[in-house]
Amino acid sequence: MVEWTAEERSIISEIFSKLDYDDVGPKCLSRCLIVYPWTQRYFGGFGNLYNAEAILSNPMIAAHGITVLHGLDRALNNMDDIKNTYTQLSELHSEKLHVDPTNFTLLADCLTIVIAAKMGTNFTPDMQAAWQKFLSVVVSALGRQYH
Amino acid sequence: MSLSGKDKATVKAFWAIASKKGDEIGAEAMGRLLHVYPQTKTYFSHWTDLSIGSAPVKNHGKIVIGGLSDAVANIDDLLGGLLTLSELHAFQLRVDPTNFKILSHNILVVLAIMFPKEFTPEVHLSMDKFFAAVALALSDKYR
Repeated sequence: MVEWTAEERSIISEIFSKLDYDDVGPKCLSRCLIVYPWTQRYFGGFGNLYNAEAILSNPMIAAHGITVLHGLDRALNNMDDIKNTYTQLSELHSEKLHVDPTNFTLLADCLTIVIAAKMGTNFTPDMQAAWQKFLSVVVSALGRQYH
Repeated sequence: MSLSGKDKATVKAFWAIASKKGDEIGAEAMGRLLHVYPQTKTYFSHWTDLSIGSAPVKNHGKIVIGGLSDAVANIDDLLGGLLTLSELHAFQLRVDPTNFKILSHNILVVLAIMFPKEFTPEVHLSMDKFFAAVALALSDKYR
């Protein structure tokens, strides 16, 4: 089981309490599709992804970005058993969506960068450490049902 | 994933702005590297103080950013331009190449913090490609 210090829990809560899902969600997913264009392979039905401008103004991508970001809520609410919290989502990503789990880390890195840009110097090294630990646990949980 | 003309232009333009705060970027990135990825401390056991903001950390950050400025200046021929640094990393430092990715990530985080407006997705893309190309040049002589 993953051990969380009181400070880490506090940091994670703080980041989520200030999180503007409607802004960060779209920014995170669109940044991922722009910086790692091969991730676009999973979004064939999402309309125009031809260039950065198209991706950034694509309403389907924006909506999906918000959905994906809310997917982290269950980890926030189950920090002591993130592993099992993602069983169904892991199966979905493996069996139905066929997403290479490497992509989870790419998206996580983009999320970290979007949050860093929003929080500025408030995103201290301690916060970065706790946040990245949290995301890596989620990423690991999402990859568990792949076989 | 080679650097296009557009990538090179983007990198040069952004670095012209960012390098003015080069010392700060270097110190922050090095500090975060050692703090968030403690396994990287193994390369600095000869330092007296590995804490964020310490003199050795700040100094080394400066050196690293200086190297990146050199790389920007040699963006059209990274392998040739970074030859000495490449040999240094291959035969003396022998830093495992995984760590280049980790340091790159931390530099990107610091750039996002310090330049939220300028660090657009397109700039992020070109800088990420650039750091990957530099890492490749630095590890060229490894084996």
